Amino acid sequence: MELKFPIYLDNNATTPMDPRVLEAMIPYFTEKFGNAASRNHPFGWVAEEAVDYAREQVAALINADPKEIIFTSGATEADNLAIKGVYEMYQSKGNHIITTVTEHKAVLDTCKHLEKLGAEITYLPVQEDGLIDLAQLEKAMTPKTILVAIMYGNNEVGVIQPVKEISAITRKHGALFFTDATQAVGKIPVDVMADGIDLMAFSGHKMYGPKGVGALYVRRKNPRVKVTSQMDGGGHERGMRSGTLNVPSIVGFGKACELCMNEMESEAKRLSAMRDRLESSLLKLEEAYVNGNRQHRLPHVANISFKYVEGEGLMMGFNKEIAVSSGSACTSASLEPSYVLKALGLGDDLAHSSLRFGLGRFTTDEQIDYTIKAVSNTVLKLREMSPLWEMFKEGIDLNKIEWAHH
Amino acid sequence: MAYSEKVIDHYSNPKNVGTLDKSKQNVGTGLVGAPECGDVMRLQIEVDEASGLIKDAKFKTFGCGSAIASSSLATEWLKGKTVDQALTIDNMDIVEELHLPPVKIHCSVLAEDAIKAAINDYRVKNGLPELVEQKAH
Ligand SMILES: Cc1ncc(COP(=O)(O)O)c(C=O)c1O
Ligand code: FES
Repeated sequence: MELKFPIYLDNNATTPMDPRVLEAMIPYFTEKFGNAASRNHPFGWVAEEAVDYAREQVAALINADPKEIIFTSGATEADNLAIKGVYEMYQSKGNHIITTVTEHKAVLDTCKHLEKLGAEITYLPVQEDGLIDLAQLEKAMTPKTILVAIMYGNNEVGVIQPVKEISAITRKHGALFFTDATQAVGKIPVDVMADGIDLMAFSGHKMYGPKGVGALYVRRKNPRVKVTSQMDGGGHERGMRSGTLNVPSIVGFGKACELCMNEMESEAKRLSAMRDRLESSLLKLEEAYVNGNRQHRLPHVANISFKYVEGEGLMMGFNKEIAVSSGSACTSASLEPSYVLKALGLGDDLAHSSLRFGLGRFTTDEQIDYTIKAVSNTVLKLREMSPLWEMFKEGIDLNKIEWAHH
Repeated sequence: MAYSEKVIDHYSNPKNVGTLDKSKQNVGTGLVGAPECGDVMRLQIEVDEASGLIKDAKFKTFGCGSAIASSSLATEWLKGKTVDQALTIDNMDIVEELHLPPVKIHCSVLAEDAIKAAINDYRVKNGLPELVEQKAH
């Protein structure tokens, strides 16, 4: 097959929409344009039927009941609704929430917001491989703990947390378990029953569906969970999220879930084989390290640090041909390297030197071959230009140098 | 963010990558930045003792494309100048020449710092007083 550029290997940021999803959506922009809340005419009925069907497709993928799906504008909104909604609803029970330092900003900043309103938040550290320490979680639980918010799969390193073990602990202590599963749903089997999840956020555009649509799963039985609405109005979504439903996007999200359900198993196998090939080839370079646990990891993600070269400089070597992302500060507005990598105990220098590869449904073996060559060549070229590489090769201990800090 | 043609050109074909013998009396070495900040630049000048002109300049940089381009450009500008002329190179000249966006200004500052540090090293080696003038950034 002929290679087309640029090659997209940033599927953790967003995924291209599957053409089959687009096809399912199109009628709902034009002839089937009804408002799903219009109860008294066929336009409304058609829209409502489409939403009901999508709700079933979404629920089936995660082994939930369709009534437990609240459609939102994406995972950010679902994260906010879950955490703020539980905090408000269960205030009489307690004000303590436990989360981790490697969560997505949508979770962390929501927790910070609640802290200002009087919530007590525990930010659990993670171990060097990115996994939480379950004993530490258990120790952090108090009678005032109402919610534990720990993500399913991490967006930067792909590490999968032990959700079953986490839910066993929250159950034992009578707290609710919320998980941001944005990167996991559709990629690996996620089963809210087997996993003991009480609330779960996920998003259409990370699983070959449209942007601007997602869902919050809210358990209805054992226990029955409620959240206070954060968007008041017409009482849509069982009063938990008002606003006219985004019918075309919901239809697309449903279709995307159905495709993932049917194709996940073979896709995960294919992607992990390609990912492993990419990874083992790049690790043949000297001083290259994988970030995060390699066993408990999403099948399509590899995060690798190439010591002594800087991430943004590295990406520049091939960014017209290959799209990846980096934990380097030079790529961020804040000039701080990735807080996730730092939480894994990486020194700033290694965090600056990292690249994240996110493979996806449309990634091919030819693209991986090209990427291996381009990345390897650029690393070698930049090392020839790197004063740190030269010092390393001369046996100078870089930690012993007194650097002039700005 | 898109890079300017000039940045891309210096990045793809960097001028004067390399190492001069730092133990030589007429070689000045500047090492600035820090690995934790994601940028380290080493810039060296070799001065022709008879004419007082900088006859060679080399760099090695760990950093983004703009930092690599800034140091590559700096070495080009240094060659043929006297040490005193070299001191007049301002980071904003680099910003202008390479069309660096505001977030990349610090990469050019690093290059100016590296020039000053190399000159200082040369001065100290040759019994001249260290420059005290430091730009506040
Ligand atoms: C773990 C995680 N949570 C939340 C989000 C935000 O999702 P959305 O873009 O649907 O708001 C993302 C995507 O960047 C993510 O990776
Ligand atoms: S070296 Fe960090 S932005 Fe240029």
